[in-house]
Amino acid sequence: MSFGAQLFLAFLEGTVSAFVLAVTALGLSLVFGVMRVVNVAHGEFFMLGAVIAWSVAFMVGDMPLVAFLLALIIGPLVVGGIAVAVDWLILKRIDYNPEGTIVATIGLLYIIQQAVLILYGPEARVVEPPFYFRIQFPWFGYSGYKLIVAGISLMLLLGTWYGLSRTRLGLYMRATQYDQETAQAFGIPVRRVYAAVFALGGGLAAIAGVLVVPIQQAHYLMGHDPLLMSFIVVIIGGLGSLRGTLLAAFVIGISDGVISVFFTPTLAKILATLLVSLVLVVRPAGLFGEKAP
Amino acid sequence: MTGGRQGSPWRTPMIVFALLLAAQFVLPDYHHTNMTRIMIFAVFAIGYNVAFGYAGLLSLGHAMFFAAGLYGAGMSAQFLGFSMPLAFLFGGLCGLVLALVAGLVALRTSGVSFLIVTLMFSQAAYLTILYFNDITRGDEGFVLAQEIRQLRFGEMVLPLTDPSLRYNLALGLFMVCYLLGVALLRSPIGRVLVALRENEPRVQMLGYNTFGYKLLALTISGALSGISGAAYALLFAYVGATFASTQYSIYPLLWVLLGGAGTALGPLIGTGLMFYLVEFASEITSSYLIVVGVVLVLLVIVFPKGVIGTLSERWRGTRT
Amino acid sequence: MSLLRTQGLSRNFGGVQAVREVDFELRAGEIRAVIGPNGAGKTTLVSMISGRIRPSAGRIRFKDADITGLRNWQRARRGIVYTFQITSIFQNLSCHDNVVLALQRGQMTGLAGRLHLDAGRLRGQAEAALERVGLAARLDEPAANLPYGHQRLLELAMSLALAPELLIMDEPTQGLSESEVLAFCDLTRAIARETTVLLIEHNMSVVMELAERITVMNDGAILAEGAPAEIAANAEVQRAYLGT
Repeated sequence: MSFGAQLFLAFLEGTVSAFVLAVTALGLSLVFGVMRVVNVAHGEFFMLGAVIAWSVAFMVGDMPLVAFLLALIIGPLVVGGIAVAVDWLILKRIDYNPEGTIVATIGLLYIIQQAVLILYGPEARVVEPPFYFRIQFPWFGYSGYKLIVAGISLMLLLGTWYGLSRTRLGLYMRATQYDQETAQAFGIPVRRVYAAVFALGGGLAAIAGVLVVPIQQAHYLMGHDPLLMSFIVVIIGGLGSLRGTLLAAFVIGISDGVISVFFTPTLAKILATLLVSLVLVVRPAGLFGEKAP
Repeated sequence: MTGGRQGSPWRTPMIVFALLLAAQFVLPDYHHTNMTRIMIFAVFAIGYNVAFGYAGLLSLGHAMFFAAGLYGAGMSAQFLGFSMPLAFLFGGLCGLVLALVAGLVALRTSGVSFLIVTLMFSQAAYLTILYFNDITRGDEGFVLAQEIRQLRFGEMVLPLTDPSLRYNLALGLFMVCYLLGVALLRSPIGRVLVALRENEPRVQMLGYNTFGYKLLALTISGALSGISGAAYALLFAYVGATFASTQYSIYPLLWVLLGGAGTALGPLIGTGLMFYLVEFASEITSSYLIVVGVVLVLLVIVFPKGVIGTLSERWRGTRT
Repeated sequence: MSLLRTQGLSRNFGGVQAVREVDFELRAGEIRAVIGPNGAGKTTLVSMISGRIRPSAGRIRFKDADITGLRNWQRARRGIVYTFQITSIFQNLSCHDNVVLALQRGQMTGLAGRLHLDAGRLRGQAEAALERVGLAARLDEPAANLPYGHQRLLELAMSLALAPELLIMDEPTQGLSESEVLAFCDLTRAIARETTVLLIEHNMSVVMELAERITVMNDGAILAEGAPAEIAANAEVQRAYLGT
C-alpha cells in the first residue's frame, strides 16, 4: 500500500477512535463540570458496557444485530443504575468532597474490576459485530461497522448537545455548573441533578464500551486505557470546558490513531503524555480551562 | 498541630523501634521476611506522606519514583558494577531527580489536574520501561545476581541474602527515614507545608514562595520513594516493571490513608495492616484487590482520619 | 518621602475597565484611606499594589525600586503586607501556630534557620504579637474557635508580625461591633507610628477619625485627594458618592 493510502487508513482509524474517545471523555467532563468531582472509576463503566454487551450476546444467542441493539439500551441503563447507587451510597455521604471522591472512586475501580474478574473471568472474549460489510475504497476495504460506530457517536454527541441546550434537565445542569448555590436558591433540585449527571456520565461511557467491543474484545482490564485517554483529553481541553473536551478528543484521538498505525501504540501514549506536559507548561489550565493563572 | 508539646515526642517512636528490633528474634521466618518488606515499603509510605500528608499534594504517580530507585539501583549494580552502597545512593538520587523534573511541570497545576498529570507521567514512565525492553527486561524483570549482593568492609564480606542482615538494614533505613520525616514536620519548613495545604493564598501573602515549597516537598517525597525502591531492589534482588504500574501509585496513598495522613506512625501502621489484609484476602480469592477497593471506600466513608488518626482523636478527646 | 508610587496603572477584565491610568502616591508614615462607591476600583487598585493581580498597564515603584514584575510573595518579603477583605487565616491551626508562620519567615535564613528555630523563643514572640492585639489569652486555642472579630484581630497580629513597611487593610471594620471598631481605631493609630497604613473603608466615621489623607475613587480613576475636611466639603465627591 502506498504511503498516501496508509495515511488515509490511519486517518480513518484515528477518526473512529476519536469519536469513541469523545463520547467517553464527554461523560467524564460532564461529571466534573457540573459536580466538580473526578470519577476515577469512569473507565470501569466503559468496561462494564462492553462486558454487558458480551453477556447480552451470549444470552440472545446467534443474533448479533438484536444483541447489539439490546446492549445499546441495557448497557447504559444498568451502568446508569450503578452510578446512581454509587452517588447515593457514597458521594452524597461525603458531600461530594473532591479528595474523598477521588479516593472512593479509586476503591470503586478496584471493586468493579475485580467483581467482573470473579464473575466473568480473566479471558478476553469476542463479541460479533452486528453486521459485516466492507466499504470498498480504491486502495483497501474498510470495516463498515467502524464507520457506523463513528456515526452513532456523532449522533450521541449531537444528542447531548441538544439535551444540554434545549431540555430542562440540560438547563438545570448548566445552571448548577455555573453557580451551584444560586441554582439551589432558584429551586433547582441540585441533588437530583447530580444523580442524573453521574448516571449520564456513566451511561455515555457504557455506550462507548458497547460500540467498541466488536472491534476490540471484552476484557476485565479494558477500562484502563480509556480512562487514561479521557484524562489526557480533559486536561488538554481544560477542566470544565465541554468545547475543549471535544476539540482535544479529536486532536488526540486522530493523532493517537495515526501514530499507532505507523509506530506502536506504546509510543503514541508516551507522546501524548509529552504533549500534555507541553500544553501545561504554556497553559496550566489547558486550552479552554476555566481558571486563568 | 498545636504548639508546645508536653512530654517527650520521642517516646512513642522509641517504643516502636525497640519492638521492631526485638521482634526479629521471635518472628517465624515467613513473618520475618514480611516485616522486612513492610519496613521497606513503609519508607515509601513515609515519602508519600511528605507530599500528601504534609503538603496536601494528592499524587497518583509515585510509582515512577519508586521505580526510578528500583531500576537505578538494580541496573547500576547489575550492569554497571556499582557496589551495593553506591547503587543504593544512586537509586535514591534517581528518585530525587525524577521528582524534581516532574514537579517542575506537574506543580504548575493543582488539585484534580495535578492528580491526572502525575498519573500520566507515571504511566509514561511505565511504558518507557516496557518500550526499552532490551535494556530493562520489560515486564518479566530481572533478578540481581547473587555474587554482587554483598557488603564489603575491608576483609569482611556480608551477604545480603542473610535474612538477619536484611531485616536490620531495613529497620535501620526505616528508623532514619522516620526520624527525618518527623524532623521535617516539626521544622519551620514543615509548618509552611502544613499551612499551605490548608490555605495556599494566605501562605503566599505571608511572603513564602509556595511553588518552591511544594517542589521541595515533592522532591523529598520522590527521594524517599526512590530510596525505598533502591532498598527493595538490592535486598530482594528483583527488578520488574510491575512496580512502575499504577497499582504501586495507589498503594502508598492507601497505606497513608489507612494509617492516618500526616501522622508520624501512620505510614508504618497502614503499610503493615494492608500487607496482612491482602495476605488474608489472597487465601480466600485470587481477586484480592477487591479488598483494596473495599478498604478505600470504607476509609472515605467511615474512617477519614485513618487508624492512627481516629485512635488519637478518641485518646485525646480533641480534634487533631 | 515617597514610599509607593504608581504610574498609569490600569487593569481591565475582559471589556470592563476596572482601573484607569491611576497615578497614586503614598508618603512614608501616613495613614491613607481610599474610599469610593462600589465598583470604583479600590480593591483592584490595592490588589495590584500587593501583587495579587497583574496590571494591564502601568508601573509601580516601592521605595525607589520598580516592583511591577514582582510576585505577591516577593512583595510581602519587601514589606508590603495585605490583609484580606474576608478574613483568611488557618482555621485548623492554633493562634500560636498562625502567628508563628508569620514570625518565623524573617528568621528562616540559611539552611539552619529553615531546619530548626528555637520553639521557646518563638512562643515568646507569638505571645507578644498576640498581646499587641489583645489575644494573648487565646494562644493555644484553635483559630476556628474565635469569633469573627477576633479572627480579624488574629490576622492583623499576623500581618504585624511580618514587620510591614506598608500595611494594606481591605475593609477592616466590616463585621465588627461598635466597641470592636473603636478598639480597631486605637490599634491602627498605634500601628501607624511604625508603619504606613493604606485603608479601604466604607465606614465614614472610621475614615474621618483615622485618615490623614483621603483618596476618593470613582469609576476606576481618582476623583479627589486631600485632607478629610477638604474631601468632606468637596461637592463632586458628594455627588459621586452619596454614602454616609
